[in-house]
Amino acid sequence: MFMVSRRRIAALAAVAVGAWVVSACSPGDLGSSDKDSQATTLTFLVDNSDPTVKTAQGLVNAFTAKNPTIKITVETRPQGSDGDNVVKTRLATGDMSDIFWYNSGSLFQALKPEQNLATITDLSSAGDIDAAFKTTVSANGQLYGVPAGGATGGGILYNKAIYSQLSLQVPKTWADFMANNAKIKAAGIAPVIQSYQDSWTSQLFVLADFHNVSAAQPGWAGRYTANQAKYATTPAAMRGFQHLQEVHDADYLNKDFASLKFEQGLKALADGKGAHYPMLTFAVGTIAQQSPDKIKDIGFFAQPGDDASKYGLTVWEPAGIYVAKKTNGAKLDAAKKFLAFVASKEGCDAQAKAFTPSGPFLVKGCTLPADVPGAIKDMQPYFDGGNNSPALEFLSPIKGPSLEQITVEVGSGIRKADSAAELYDQDVKKQAQQLGLPGW
Amino acid sequence: MTTTTRSRSPYPYWFYVPAAVIYAVLFLLPTFASFYFSLTRWSLFDYKYIGLENFLSFFQEPALVKGFVNTLIYAAVTSGLKVLLGLPLAMLLTSRIIARGYLRSVVFFPVLVSTIGVGITFTALMNPEHGLINETLSAIGIEGPGWLVDPRYALISVALVDVWKGVGLATLIYIAGIVSIPQEYFEAARCDGADGWGSFRHIVLPLARPATATVIILSLIGGLRSFDLIWAMTRGGPGFTSDVIASVIYKQYQAGFYGLSTAGNVVLFLAVTAIVVPLFWFLNRKEVEQ
Repeated sequence: MFMVSRRRIAALAAVAVGAWVVSACSPGDLGSSDKDSQATTLTFLVDNSDPTVKTAQGLVNAFTAKNPTIKITVETRPQGSDGDNVVKTRLATGDMSDIFWYNSGSLFQALKPEQNLATITDLSSAGDIDAAFKTTVSANGQLYGVPAGGATGGGILYNKAIYSQLSLQVPKTWADFMANNAKIKAAGIAPVIQSYQDSWTSQLFVLADFHNVSAAQPGWAGRYTANQAKYATTPAAMRGFQHLQEVHDADYLNKDFASLKFEQGLKALADGKGAHYPMLTFAVGTIAQQSPDKIKDIGFFAQPGDDASKYGLTVWEPAGIYVAKKTNGAKLDAAKKFLAFVASKEGCDAQAKAFTPSGPFLVKGCTLPADVPGAIKDMQPYFDGGNNSPALEFLSPIKGPSLEQITVEVGSGIRKADSAAELYDQDVKKQAQQLGLPGW
Repeated sequence: MTTTTRSRSPYPYWFYVPAAVIYAVLFLLPTFASFYFSLTRWSLFDYKYIGLENFLSFFQEPALVKGFVNTLIYAAVTSGLKVLLGLPLAMLLTSRIIARGYLRSVVFFPVLVSTIGVGITFTALMNPEHGLINETLSAIGIEGPGWLVDPRYALISVALVDVWKGVGLATLIYIAGIVSIPQEYFEAARCDGADGWGSFRHIVLPLARPATATVIILSLIGGLRSFDLIWAMTRGGPGFTSDVIASVIYKQYQAGFYGLSTAGNVVLFLAVTAIVVPLFWFLNRKEVEQ
């Protein structure tokens, strides 16, 4: 009896010590300096979506081929708000990877950059980065990130084969869009695809309408941040919710909108089961992968508003790649070298090679490869013509967390547009208070 | 036994210390810390004391009323059905039937399966277009509803899956309750001319009361704080239609409102206590009186 329990204690102790040894030694430490004093190993945390992982790996491969003394290990985390919590928790506990990929704009600001990130204002290629992007990864005049991937357009992906078959024109106003929808429905095709099983996809009609809001009401974002403008009391801002209600009330949605998932929605568009899919252009790369023979049928146009003369595109800034504050010494130098590479022509080319870009790169000298899908080329006129505006989340730190549930309700006919706008105004209040903004 | 002999335990009190330390560090400390953080605006990086504001905004949360009502419906439906199905199943499985041991394990098996796994499986089965359930129904000419995507049925559909998964445990508790009833009672009742229904009504039902109390309490607590199955199957959707308190709280946490979600947990703790303690007292008192 005594022997047994002593053995047990010994076994327990061995397990405990083993666990302690394992936990004290993170993968980043292995082989960093002891045996191979030349090599520096960095860890790089990215979200686990296919485009991000492929782009990150492509960047790392191109960079380490050029810099054999630096090794970079790509780690993944969940997407969406679960991923936000992973990033925040790891930063708060000092357990962050050396470099990481994360949203720019309002989500970046919520990371308390001054406290948690290393500034890269002195980066050699900082001058080549697009100025508008820099404001979305800066705090108190200090730069913290470089652009990961290209700009993304928010609008409507459409099936060009259906358009030419029914001889339709790309609409410049919402009324034209609805007229097209009526003809498409008469031809027995679902005019608008929605995929509420992935509820984030329901927000596009509201978010991608923001160019129309700022065209009608310049400076609205600033007043919105200062608690002086509301969705429910600004007719132009409410239009997005109304559009969503209109397509539902007119019965323009695919029959299985409530149970469809994002990838299935893209497939339905490529296969011509639906004509329009309100979406961000990063989805084009996914279509190119899952339906390579149909990608030539996919086009893109900005979400039309009421006034054809103010027609333009709502643009999402790329995510950023940042360095955690705890990274120092040789690792910090290596990390900055990597970031400088990302923000260079070579970096852009490596990204474009790894995965279909979602839109133009925001680094001087970078160009899109000639073979990008047509839907991505469709974005270029909005950049050349200057008729584009950043999405609201890059102009204001406030984005309510429940928008996707609210838009699912509107698109499913559970809630009306005016009630949804009011509910969203309430939702936003919590975010503003959490950020400690003045006026709330 | 006198009180003096009871107070002299053969073991010294410091035997309690290891357990007390673990309990204090892993339970008491976080509990009291959470009471404090529920009074702050907390971003993981820093926090600010704001009094009862979190509780105010939690109670103004639009999804909360719906979540409260849904939680009560969910708890009542699941615990009610577990009693209604568990007792007959236990009667069947304690009677002399073929393959009794096998049937008992079949009924208990779903309890052993991971909740998330069950949720994902049933989400596929309940898919309105391609799910096995609706395809089977359409084969016999019935157009099945959109189980999880129709706001009218989403919550009930999840509750039914919860019952499927949990009824085995209720049955097990009832089986234990029924087999502990002395056979003499049944023999005496038979001598007095009681039929099957009579001995169920006057022997099994009253004497299985402790089992009923346990099943109700356990499944009611489970129903009130239910989260995993709902999150795996609907994420509170479509929209807010199948939100329960726990999913409302989790969404606040996801959004980074750590103080607010902690306040929500304090509210949930108080609500569960307020419902379960009186119920426990009521059910046990009845038992003593009989």
